[in-house]
Amino acid sequence: MMDGSNQLNDAVTGEQKIRNFNINFGPQHPAAHGVLRLVLELDGEIVERCDPHIGLLHRGTEKLMESRTYLQNLPYFDRLDYVAPMNQEHAWCLAIEKLTAVEVPRRASLIRVLFCEIGRVLNHLLNVTTQALDVGALTPPLWGFEEREKLMVFYERACGARLHAAYIRPGGVHQDLPEGLIDDIEIWAQEFPEILADIDGLLTENRIFKQRNVNIAVVTEDDIQKYAFSGVMVRGSGLAWDLRRAQPYECYDEFDFHVPVGKNGDCYDRYLCRMEEMRQSVGIILQVVEKLRVEKGEILARGKLSPPKRGEMKTSMEALIHHFKLYTEGFHVPAGEVYAAVEAPKGEFGVYLVSDGSNKPYRAKIRAPGYPHLQAMDHITKGHQLADVAAIIGTLDVVFGEIDR
Amino acid sequence: MTKTLKQLAAYVSLNRNDCVLDWYINRGELTFNVAPANLLGFMRYLAKDSRCKFSTLVDITAVDYPKRGKRFDVVYHLLSMYQNQRVRLRVSIREDDMVSSIVEVHPSANWFEREVFDMFGILFSRHPDLRRILTDYGFRGHPLRKDFPTTGYTEVRYDEAEKRVVYEPVSLVQEYRQFDFMSPWEGAQYVLPGDEKEADK
Repeated sequence: MMDGSNQLNDAVTGEQKIRNFNINFGPQHPAAHGVLRLVLELDGEIVERCDPHIGLLHRGTEKLMESRTYLQNLPYFDRLDYVAPMNQEHAWCLAIEKLTAVEVPRRASLIRVLFCEIGRVLNHLLNVTTQALDVGALTPPLWGFEEREKLMVFYERACGARLHAAYIRPGGVHQDLPEGLIDDIEIWAQEFPEILADIDGLLTENRIFKQRNVNIAVVTEDDIQKYAFSGVMVRGSGLAWDLRRAQPYECYDEFDFHVPVGKNGDCYDRYLCRMEEMRQSVGIILQVVEKLRVEKGEILARGKLSPPKRGEMKTSMEALIHHFKLYTEGFHVPAGEVYAAVEAPKGEFGVYLVSDGSNKPYRAKIRAPGYPHLQAMDHITKGHQLADVAAIIGTLDVVFGEIDR
Repeated sequence: MTKTLKQLAAYVSLNRNDCVLDWYINRGELTFNVAPANLLGFMRYLAKDSRCKFSTLVDITAVDYPKRGKRFDVVYHLLSMYQNQRVRLRVSIREDDMVSSIVEVHPSANWFEREVFDMFGILFSRHPDLRRILTDYGFRGHPLRKDFPTTGYTEVRYDEAEKRVVYEPVSLVQEYRQFDFMSPWEGAQYVLPGDEKEADK
């Protein structure tokens, strides 16, 4: 009787009919990577339907942005994907620069690339290691977080904040790198591959890790197009699509790096892609460091978008007025619309900016890569075990700061 | 880049002149204005045609212009990974118009359209599951419309007596401050204190 069979041949009541079981996964679940609520319909252990409920971290960023100046809006971007903050700021600045047709000085451009790649390592370290945590490994996150800590110290030394940097500004970067930072980054970049190899040794050939990841959540080329995937979700399935290579922005076209691709499009291949991307990023960091040693000069395009130098402000009245107006009224952006996208660590992060010529954006739409990825949850998890849901959320690389906005 | 975009635009508008109202290239970005009735067919054509292959839907969003007769612009961003090109489609609609859902061409449109519905109250016909997505369960209003106040209408707090979260109308100790630092001789919209006497004369 307990197994649902009707041996007594009496009338089957509603209770005895076998029906699918609905469970709530989250919103407070350690493997949900934030505040995600999944309503899962289970047939035994098999997931039949998955309905993600998002928006629990919705802060109305886009609405808030409409009543603030362009410069005041910049820090909101740190708070989207708080795992790799500077990559988001970059997209916002690119959009403004595209509308105002401002040329970024070369040194600023190099610094931007440097910190975007540091952001990529920050993100992948967190993702790879916590995904391993979701499938049962405790050591990788501890090792990974130690490295993240070092990288956030670099953030702090450049801009004063470990997380919410507000460092990349329209027209360049906020201030020049302090003495010795480049050398320390170089030393870190030389040591890091060894630590990466340690993490690699823990996971790559680990039997449990492979059992939990190989052939899980296989993504095909058709899925990629249908569900608007980007970033590692694309590259894991063998398509070498990387905006840094396909539609180069900043000065990415002068760097030598490979775009790693997977073969099977499963969780394991995406893990391998992320590991290799970190190695490539370290390669780019080393190249940037070399170039930054030679390239001295301005770090902000001097003009309407950026503040005057301190020294100037003490002698020139115009400079003082400019400084005051910049930080109160803000700069005006010519009317028009623009879409700027960067290859953020999670995929294509885009900003659609509509300007009406005033000092505030008329409308700014943030296109977060995690949003379409999470949307495909239902399609991907269908037919998987309940235990795989945690592995899949990990491999999708979702952060709710950017999905809920 | 602009040259290939021009060729593409000419090719598309020649083939589908029933859909494309007009097109323009601005800052290296191609935009088509599309008739709302033909949106779905045009989307399918762009995804399938071998010279376009805009098979990735990057984004759907809307822009609210309360003063216009056609109040909303629904904006679609498409990407072709095969041709390495981007394109933007714009559909202008009235407040009570419905837009045809493109979920059958791009399944990824599902959540994007839900978001536009949630934020702007634009309805998508034949959408399989048009629920709110980002706002609270039981939320009222459409926050990204220009006539929706930034502070919203309700606020929540945990009530110690009732032992649950309660919803209350928003009460502000002071007016929500919208700082306006536009210089008065460059385009501020308000009358400076004292200047109203000038008008009385």
